[in-house]
Amino acid sequence: SSSSSSSSSSSSSSALSSSSPWSASSQYGQLCADDVNFFRETLGNDAVLTEPDDLVSFNQDWMQKYRGHSPLVLLPRNTAEVSAILRHCHTRRLPLVPQGGNTGLVGGSVPRGTEIVLSLRRLRRILSFDPASGAVSCEAGVVLQTLDEYLAEQGHRVPLDLAAKGSCQIGGNVSTNAGGIRYLRYGSLHGSVLGLEVVLSDGTILGGSGATALRKDNTGYHLKNLFIGAEGTLGVVTGVTLLTPSRLKSTNVAYLACQDYESVVNTFRNAAARAGLGEILSAFEFQDSYALKVVLDNLPNSRSPLQDQYPFYALIETSGSNEDHDRQKLEAFLDQVMSSQLVLDGVLAQSETQANQIWSLREGVAESMQRSGYVYKYDLSLPLARMYQLVQDTRKRIGELGYVVGYGHLGDSNLHLNVSTKEASNEVLGLLEPFLYQQTREYGGSVSAEHGIGQAKLDYLSYSKSAAEIATMRKLKALFDPHNILNPNKVFSME
Amino acid sequence: MSGRILVGVKRCIDYAVKVRVRADKMGVETANVKMSMNPFDEIGVEEALRLREKGKAKEVVALSIGPKQCQETLRTALAMGVDRAIHVESPDTIEPLNVAKVFKRVIEQEKPDLVIIGKQAIDDDANQTGQMIAGMLGWPQSTHTSKVEMDGTTLKVTREIDGGTQDITLGTPAVITTDLRLNEPRYATLPNIMKAKKKPMDTKTLADFGVDAAARMEIVQVEEPPQRQAGIVVADVAQLVAELKGKGVL
Repeated sequence: SSSSSSSSSSSSSSALSSSSPWSASSQYGQLCADDVNFFRETLGNDAVLTEPDDLVSFNQDWMQKYRGHSPLVLLPRNTAEVSAILRHCHTRRLPLVPQGGNTGLVGGSVPRGTEIVLSLRRLRRILSFDPASGAVSCEAGVVLQTLDEYLAEQGHRVPLDLAAKGSCQIGGNVSTNAGGIRYLRYGSLHGSVLGLEVVLSDGTILGGSGATALRKDNTGYHLKNLFIGAEGTLGVVTGVTLLTPSRLKSTNVAYLACQDYESVVNTFRNAAARAGLGEILSAFEFQDSYALKVVLDNLPNSRSPLQDQYPFYALIETSGSNEDHDRQKLEAFLDQVMSSQLVLDGVLAQSETQANQIWSLREGVAESMQRSGYVYKYDLSLPLARMYQLVQDTRKRIGELGYVVGYGHLGDSNLHLNVSTKEASNEVLGLLEPFLYQQTREYGGSVSAEHGIGQAKLDYLSYSKSAAEIATMRKLKALFDPHNILNPNKVFSME
Repeated sequence: MSGRILVGVKRCIDYAVKVRVRADKMGVETANVKMSMNPFDEIGVEEALRLREKGKAKEVVALSIGPKQCQETLRTALAMGVDRAIHVESPDTIEPLNVAKVFKRVIEQEKPDLVIIGKQAIDDDANQTGQMIAGMLGWPQSTHTSKVEMDGTTLKVTREIDGGTQDITLGTPAVITTDLRLNEPRYATLPNIMKAKKKPMDTKTLADFGVDAAARMEIVQVEEPPQRQAGIVVADVAQLVAELKGKGVL
């Protein structure tokens, strides 16, 4: 079967792939031939993978940092099959990892030991679309870009957008509460998801097929919100009903250059203000000169739109329904930030192609860093004014040992801080952790703004959540998954 | 020598848009579809600006023939750095022959040393206008141009042709049509976008040039190309061989 990984060249081998001793724990059953035969009979031979060559891509994450040792990958075709799998695993106490597009950045989608991989990729039907409300119902394995293209035909769009859209699946997006570049405009999936179909650890199916499409429904607890962002540890998402906004006709993309971080922040404040871009602002991203350089050096056919080099760049996108209105508003805003010297130079895309090229300078940072070496990735929420100070402090700490870039969703106060090195280095790791997390805690920020905990940030959950909060989460986990078979040892470690 | 370069710019469906055939099969869907400058014309504007920056020309003038919205395309040209724009209002679909006739009249007025337009527009792929202009004026032409060097009244150009490239020398005035490899067009910078607002844009009509928009071609039908058929996955080499034999390939 074909690999589900998106494009990435191999970086040097990880010294940090995990093989936990706990996977041989006595609380679990031992996977045996009878189990495999059951799956073959229930799902069909082509839905059961056991050949080592076939298992490689399922066992390894996109960054090639985390490597599991699953001997079995299951590819069910519908919710009923997922339910049958879970019922069996619940009885037999076999741990499993639900997997979508496997594009997660915290090792949450791959086994830590020998857990079975439950791939949702074959649940890829788009079930229905309601033009009146904009609600779309689909199965969890639909690739985000595919869903967006379908919605484009209906004059709508998905309310989220991220660089991995060609590979990530909507079920995984929901399970990780994915953010992305349109969060500023459309908010979180907690708001956009109208309903979910979830299979619980014992095989019970919650939610109907096609899930509920009601815009408003305050009857009892909002269970769906528990599963959004639970990273597959409370239930397996098999179906999603999503509220989708209209695809707006008029889009503009500008790429601006600033002398210092404070100017970027003030440019954002001006843009977000009613008198600035207000309601037509749909994205505000930033990157430092190091982040632009790594893209220009690694992504083929990329070039800076500006003549000179500057310390900071901001990408602004507007979208609205009236081209003339938006153009006027945007030009007035650009005039103002240029004449007040907040912005030193910039360009405005004159075609879709130019808009896509500008976006690729920002969206290409992660992949470019992957191509340039081993990457330490940090995704932090911090007070806006303080965000870049952390990048500068880190650059000083790391010195010659690594290449530090700062970029991210400035409009959401979400920093992406990445460090690339020639190869994995405990010395570099020691300089970064727990330093970065301690700094984040000190500023009351989040150690994971949007990427989740997975296995990467297991030890740091307590830096952003109190003991009482974590204890409550553990209680919920025990309630939903008494045998601890759903993505064990992710989000928090086993007791 | 006037020191003037005339560039032609056409407003087309944006290159990145997925084109749809209209329900009546008489054309493609253009309502609510993103429009931009023809990419080959963008390359032409860029080349003209570079020649001016090298001191080979003094003024670059952009010309567009079409409905009122063409002024947006001309504004993009001005925002890239063009000095002046001329809009000749005409119906949406105007054929290359009539476009060439308008160019001829404008050229007679503006007296440029060089006329640069895209080799073809990405909507009709006609690849005719540049050649017709040169023919009407009796000027030398270089089509599918991938390199331009100007020295006084002599042009040394490289053309893309089947099997490779061709180097020729032309005198001016001349017509050049651009090919993809000629250059990479610049973005419209904010300072230039602001400056563009003050640059002159002249509006004229077809009648001012004594040209009519009468169509000499009738579109009978527009169809999408046949859908690609799904392939099949074969179980083994034996089946592959059988399938290939069945198709007469083996």
